[in-house]
Amino acid sequence: MAQVSLRKLVKAYEGNVQAVKGIDLEIADHEFVVLVGPSGCGKSTTLRMIAGLEEITGGDVAIGGTVVNDIPPRDRDIAMVFQNYALYPHMSVFENMAFGLTLRKFPKDEIKRRVDNAARILDIVPLLERKPKALSGGQRQRVAMGRAIVRDPKVFLFDEPLSNLDAKLRVQMRTEIKKVHQTVRTTTVYVTHDQVEAMTLADRVVVMNHGVIEQVGPPQELYHHPATRFVAGFIGSPAMNFIPGRLEGDAHGLRLVLGSGVILPVPPERTARYAPHAARPVLLGIRPEHLTDKKPTDKRNIADFPATPEVIEPMGMETLVHFRIDGHEISARLDPACPVAVGEPITLAADMDQMHIIDPETDKVL
Amino acid sequence: MSVTTASSAGIYSKAGSLSRERRWAMWTAYASLILAAIIFLAPPVYMFITSLKSSGEIANMQGNPWLVRSPTLENYSALLGNGMFLRFFVNSAIVTVLVVAITMVISVLAAFALARMRFFGSQALATGVFLTYLVPDTLLFIPLYQIVGGLGLLNSIWGLVLVYPTLTVPFCTWIMIGYFASIPKELDEAALIDGASWSQMLLKIFVPVAMPGIIAATIFAFTVSWAAFVYPTAFVTTPDQMPLTIGIVSQLVRADTFAWGQIMAGALLAALPPVVIYAFLMDYYIAGLTAGATKG
Ligand SMILES: Nc1ncnc2c1ncn2[C@@H]1O[C@H](COP(=O)(O)OP(=O)(O)OP(=O)(O)O)[C@@H](O)[C@H]1O
Ligand SMILES: [Mg+2]
Repeated sequence: MAQVSLRKLVKAYEGNVQAVKGIDLEIADHEFVVLVGPSGCGKSTTLRMIAGLEEITGGDVAIGGTVVNDIPPRDRDIAMVFQNYALYPHMSVFENMAFGLTLRKFPKDEIKRRVDNAARILDIVPLLERKPKALSGGQRQRVAMGRAIVRDPKVFLFDEPLSNLDAKLRVQMRTEIKKVHQTVRTTTVYVTHDQVEAMTLADRVVVMNHGVIEQVGPPQELYHHPATRFVAGFIGSPAMNFIPGRLEGDAHGLRLVLGSGVILPVPPERTARYAPHAARPVLLGIRPEHLTDKKPTDKRNIADFPATPEVIEPMGMETLVHFRIDGHEISARLDPACPVAVGEPITLAADMDQMHIIDPETDKVL
Repeated sequence: MSVTTASSAGIYSKAGSLSRERRWAMWTAYASLILAAIIFLAPPVYMFITSLKSSGEIANMQGNPWLVRSPTLENYSALLGNGMFLRFFVNSAIVTVLVVAITMVISVLAAFALARMRFFGSQALATGVFLTYLVPDTLLFIPLYQIVGGLGLLNSIWGLVLVYPTLTVPFCTWIMIGYFASIPKELDEAALIDGASWSQMLLKIFVPVAMPGIIAATIFAFTVSWAAFVYPTAFVTTPDQMPLTIGIVSQLVRADTFAWGQIMAGALLAALPPVVIYAFLMDYYIAGLTAGATKG
């Protein structure tokens, strides 16, 4: 097991397409790091450079303190799980899992011991003699993980391992992967474009966009303290609402005035932080879960927020209400017991302690 | 209620038209298959019938030529008792086994390199390999005669072992490129990470996974080599070096005397090995052909 360091990592494809534009990242021993971001942001490319499957254009990858730029994949002591599993179709499950060890000339009984152990962890003991084509998607996924576990490598690399599974199985395998990591504690780099997967699995989440890292941090920190508009919008589901407005007032008291005349008082603790931006256009960022129906509360800094529902989606444990302010789509999460009707004005409660103010010029959260 | 009946009636009428269409498709399929079978099977059947006739009966113009009046095995016993025929058979076998072996080694290695190792000109080379297949052997044998002669291999089965691969390697390489290209890239990457070298990847992953393709290519190489006619006609002159194809024709036709019964018996016996091999490998062969069809 080992730490992984990426230093100023760059990847340029032919035609000068920069897929990864200088990434710095330190991954600690035993850590589970998830790279997340929209399609094409360079997650897979980064992972494949760590694996040695993609040549490094610039910068360094170090595993366990050794720079591995010029070391072939097989000598990097890593194991990778692919999106399509990449099981060897002509080999049984046992042979698939044993292949790496056989090539490394492990003794037979050691191979058997390791495969049996991994099969027990993954609950696939009865499948060991089957061929991959006789397995379900979830079972194949387990075998692919087993192939990684038996090697007992320094680092596990996962590239969207769950995206070929149906929704229910995905949730189940997600828990499975977390369990396996808690058992074997191998340093893991996991790529996904699903932010829920990222939040639930990661010790730290790395949000990437256009080949750069937007923010790195534990899931809760990204959720509560996003650094940029992109992270604020990417993490959380349904996504955060962004509403243009103006900060008005001075160091003694600030108000956020939305175009339509909605006025939201800024919490006094934040006055000093936002004062330099007074009288400038800003973007209010507020999550649907912080825009709710009014109920008695001892929270301070709750502001009235008028809305006229256009679409109502009852989800069971909550009700999503969509409305518009100055043409901007906004959603709110309401208690299912709260009476709402399409077209009937209602006053919602905005938790101003949980809102963010974003500079529309730099897209940074202030 | 009325809605339910209406929609179920709709379903039934649709099912009716479907099965009618299906029946029609079946009839067409059977009719064309039977027609094809008749066209393809008529010559071997006629050969078989003729091979059971004595020379006298063959020469006799009376009666239906598709019937045998007094079946005899004299043609077969004459052939098998003739040392020359066995010599031809052995020559064909040696040449074919060697050519298939050479072809498969070269084309599997070449296809692996062309399909998986990106190097300067690999694309052009892959196309070039296929283009060489398009040059007919009836054109090539003249320059090849010079080359084989220069090597001192004229009138020798070793000369044939040398030139047949020029017919088989390009096509087999092309089949194998298509097959290897259909193997997902992640499979090599998984093998690379598992610790395989290029040669281990080829032998432990690509060859077993591409087995249907390899068998298809093997059958092709076997057929081409076993049935080659132009090259042995051009390069071999004495009976002891002749393969079956030209041996039968040159030794059983004396001036304008055709030993028809023996020619037919010999041709049938010569066709036996390919039939046996096809029968054994048919399932694989078809799997290989269709896999090649979907990719590349
Ligand atoms: N072989 C290649 N040649 C040229 N450009 C490439 C190549 N592979 C990837 N790219 C480009 O590099 C960028 C990053 O690709 P990458 O596969 O890392 O994205 P990703 O974040 O994994 O996306 P996804 O979630 O869709 O898998 C993309 O814009 C892609 O078009
Ligand atoms: Mg990807």
